[in-house]
Amino acid sequence: MSVKKFVVGNFDDEAVLFPAVKKVRRAGYKIHDVFTPFPIHGLDKAMGLKDTSLHVAGFIYGIAGTTTALSFITWALTIDWQVNFGGKPYFSLPAWIPITFELTVLFASVGMVLTFCWLCQLAPFIKKDHFNPRSTDDLFVMAVECTDKTNEQEALAFLNSVGAKDVSVQYRETGWWLGRYDQETVRYGKKVEAV
Amino acid sequence: MSNRDQFVAPKRYNTIAIALMAIGILSLVTLYITHGSKDNPHDQARFWGSLLQNSVYFLLIVNAAMFFICALTLAWGGWQMAFRRVTEAISACVPVLGVICGAILLSIAFGSNHEIYHWTDAEHVKHDPTLLHKAGFLNKGFFAIVTVLTIVLWSVLGWKMRSLSRSLDNNPIPTVEGRKKYMFNNTVWAAIYIVVFALTVMSSIPWLWLMSIDAHWYSTMYSWYTFASTFVAGIALITLFVVFLKNNGYLQYTNKEHLHDLGKFMFAFSIFWTYLWFSQFMLIWYANIPEETVYFKTRAQGEYSGVYWLMFIINFVAPILILMSRDSKRNYTTITFMSLLIVFGHWLDFFQMVFPSPLTDAETGKTYVPMILYDFGIGLGFVGLIMFVTGKALAKAPLLARNHPLVKESLIHHT
Repeated sequence: MSVKKFVVGNFDDEAVLFPAVKKVRRAGYKIHDVFTPFPIHGLDKAMGLKDTSLHVAGFIYGIAGTTTALSFITWALTIDWQVNFGGKPYFSLPAWIPITFELTVLFASVGMVLTFCWLCQLAPFIKKDHFNPRSTDDLFVMAVECTDKTNEQEALAFLNSVGAKDVSVQYRETGWWLGRYDQETVRYGKKVEAV
Repeated sequence: MSNRDQFVAPKRYNTIAIALMAIGILSLVTLYITHGSKDNPHDQARFWGSLLQNSVYFLLIVNAAMFFICALTLAWGGWQMAFRRVTEAISACVPVLGVICGAILLSIAFGSNHEIYHWTDAEHVKHDPTLLHKAGFLNKGFFAIVTVLTIVLWSVLGWKMRSLSRSLDNNPIPTVEGRKKYMFNNTVWAAIYIVVFALTVMSSIPWLWLMSIDAHWYSTMYSWYTFASTFVAGIALITLFVVFLKNNGYLQYTNKEHLHDLGKFMFAFSIFWTYLWFSQFMLIWYANIPEETVYFKTRAQGEYSGVYWLMFIINFVAPILILMSRDSKRNYTTITFMSLLIVFGHWLDFFQMVFPSPLTDAETGKTYVPMILYDFGIGLGFVGLIMFVTGKALAKAPLLARNHPLVKESLIHHT
């Protein structure tokens, strides 16, 4: 969690954004993130993001649900409290499949939603810094992180040359803090300054 | 466009197709000599049962190709356009297989052997209150009319959909209004096909053709079960042809994204089939009424339990474990292997749906599993026929329906 320096370019066209992302990466700049008003197919590939591990987590939650259901019903109906249902054996697997299926789905879905929120750092009162509020409306915002070696004037010029409508240098907090969006809270030291 | 846009069947392809058909005819002749020509009605039933199983199964899976096109057309699933000509070519087998299947069904219904369809035996029905009660539905006239009507409707509507698609090949539509009109027309014909499909494969046809083999037993879920079985096998068949063409350098616009979606369909409908398989079983198991459980007695526990559980492993356990991950759905080898497995698995499903009842001895109640190699041989014959007809149909038109309004959506398809 720290404040970093970014070179930010705003794009107003998806068709310009795609080649720009590729060119910026090829030029060796480190893209912090690209913020878009809507999901764009293939942008993750272009940015070189690795696949999410969410589905592996989902599989594990599902298996956990299956195991929970089967082991609990087996214990309850064959050991703890045996009940004779219409002359069926105490261990009657077919009757338990629906519950097993439902618990599998429940565990997998609830677990995946929570994991998704955790991975995206989404929760009530979790506040994050924005590069440009219009990225939720009509602008595609690309944030390039400035490292020790980055020459910011060159980076600004480069973003301009690949089609950014306007560019700026910004200091932004990369982590999250507790706060509310309707109240101004600057949690971490340095002042936010737009250039 | 290069000449890669026009399919030319390789020599080996036709040789294999003809060799498979020869195996089929050889098996058929052998089975006729050993069983079909005998006087014992059970032996004859074994011969006709084999023809029934194979012809109905392969007719329903090639017909599922047209259902795939129409369902995706109604849902505006434009991604199918990159390989749509392949699906169309498979559906062109419907008239050919339909004539064969119709001839077999009518000869069983009107023949002198009543072991397969007990309800065709007028003498027997008189003393059988259950069958007498069902006679309004299970009678020869109704059976013949519905069978012929169904096969004709499938063929004609399938032909209409294919000709709508080909009509654009040499005359692109210049205006947006024209394209809208074309899409509307296309949607209406697809909807008509879906309605006919719902009234046949999804409801009445499996009851008539297959469930009436166990005429005393019934399950309202049977038709959905049969539909799920044939649809997932149909998708596997489409995938096999797509992979074959891809391996031969055709279909340059079909890529892993399309393969991934076909894999998803295969995965999802394998689960759907299992859902219906289990629902049909569990309700009967729970109620435990003898006239219903008799169906599963020979299958889940009796002589057919080997085939029954093998089919369950192939059709459920293998797809859910192997096709679950994204990488395996995008891998040509895995998907080809799974497609072959699924086509075989649902063929086994039809095997255990057809045979137990006709081969049951009425007096002792004993049944047996016939020598499956004969059926497999006849099945290979049908595979050869499908390969041959599909190859001919593929060669008739360019492999990309390039003037279709949704074709661009398919070329840039991304999952």
